[in-house]
Amino acid sequence: MSIATPQSPSPATVEVRLRVNGDDYHLAIEPRVTLLDALREYLGLFGTKKGCDRGECGACTVLANGRRINACLTFAVMHDGQEITTVEGLAGGLPLESDVDDPTVAAEPRLHPMQRAFVERDAFQCGYCTPGQLISAISVIREGHTGSAAEIREWMSGNICRCGAYPNIVAAIQDIVASGADV
Amino acid sequence: MQSFSYTRATDLDGAIKALAADPHAAVVAGATELANWLKDGIRAPSTLIDINALPLAGIESRPDGLRIGALARNADVAREGAVRTGYPVVAEALEKGASAQIRNMATVGGNLLQRTRCPYFRETSFPCNKRLPSSGCAAQTGPHRGHAILGGSDACIATHPGDLAVALVALDAVVQVQGPAGPRAIPLDEFYLLPGDTPERENLLQHDELIVAVEVPAGPYAARSRYLKVRDRESYEFALVSVAACLELDGGTVRSARIALGGVGTKPWRARAAEAVLAGRPLDADALAAAEAASVEGARPLPDNRFKVTLAARAVARALELAASEPFDTAAGGPVGGAA
Repeated sequence: MSIATPQSPSPATVEVRLRVNGDDYHLAIEPRVTLLDALREYLGLFGTKKGCDRGECGACTVLANGRRINACLTFAVMHDGQEITTVEGLAGGLPLESDVDDPTVAAEPRLHPMQRAFVERDAFQCGYCTPGQLISAISVIREGHTGSAAEIREWMSGNICRCGAYPNIVAAIQDIVASGADV
Repeated sequence: MQSFSYTRATDLDGAIKALAADPHAAVVAGATELANWLKDGIRAPSTLIDINALPLAGIESRPDGLRIGALARNADVAREGAVRTGYPVVAEALEKGASAQIRNMATVGGNLLQRTRCPYFRETSFPCNKRLPSSGCAAQTGPHRGHAILGGSDACIATHPGDLAVALVALDAVVQVQGPAGPRAIPLDEFYLLPGDTPERENLLQHDELIVAVEVPAGPYAARSRYLKVRDRESYEFALVSVAACLELDGGTVRSARIALGGVGTKPWRARAAEAVLAGRPLDADALAAAEAASVEGARPLPDNRFKVTLAARAVARALELAASEPFDTAAGGPVGGAA
């Protein structure tokens, strides 16, 4: 367990336990700290991005107990004891069987299949929205909303991409659906 | 954002007592609205009372109607088979609101209490009678393309931003409220107040009361219902105009209709005059035209939002046609966007 403390002590702190990407954290933070700020400013997990900080862009999308949510629109204290997954938690799983068979692929970082699909489909430019896009892309498959490109777009609409990588993001999701890869 | 303390309610009575004891306390459930109010300085509560642990998340379908617990998440209600088949307008309104992430967080009780997206309300540097009584209304003279054409007053023309509430008002839903004096039931249409001279008062909920459930009576029109949402962006956007249309048909003849509009009123707008002109008539072009005219009766547009009068009327006709002939796709995958 790692201990994170706020930069300046406050009399109004509360204790919050979070399990983030499989690691247990114990924080002493003010109730007004959003889940997004807890991840970034207190746990040093900068993968989850702060775009609008208003629930309008989806850059802060994470999983809380398996459900995708906007980390900017909720307070960390409300997630005491919950399991949070951020983009940092996607890579590093067991290599796919195909990776082991192919030495050139096996040497690559063990990206999550969706991360690899984003690379292969060039599904980003600046990359700022990508952590949230990846979490939503995985969720949209788990939720069963991949029946058509239009359905994917509708259920991905909570993630804005100012670079306009949308067609390639949809293609990456469709690749993973077609591959049957476990997400 | 100002500092606040935090407490978790473990039972309903405790939550109500904690609220009653502190006039500056706020309830938090999904937090999707409250978090922005706090960041924007619209509210500065002393403490947040987290009610997420209360057993109020159930969704029950009974012969006489639907009972949706206040803590049921919007996404879960929309996914519920009994809602999709028996009350499709509710599922469709939910799925056309916000994003998948926000629907996973937002609760039905909280959703009914969402506040206007009027930019003058949200941006605290503007005068706004709703946010700060007697400070004025910047929308009357400033750009007001998105504002209300129905139910406004000199003090306020902010629209109610909801989708779910529009469907529920059409279906004669009743809000179940619990307070120190016990429970009370309030028809949702009466729950919302017109702004008049007191736009800061938006509904009948008292500070020490909690919404515990919403009940939707069963009706012969509930299963044949659609929600049409017209917006500047196809998804993840508030309505310029929306229509909940519910029809009871006998062959091609309208036995009864329920119609409510969103995006055009200072509260979810029940179009009873349009319902009345349809009753007993075949749903033909003449009937649709009559319903169009009746649906925007009494509209008082300003220069920038005059287009909403025509848009709303046409949306009513389109929503009625959808309800009559294009049923909501109740399959597990849900509807794809852009049907309208």
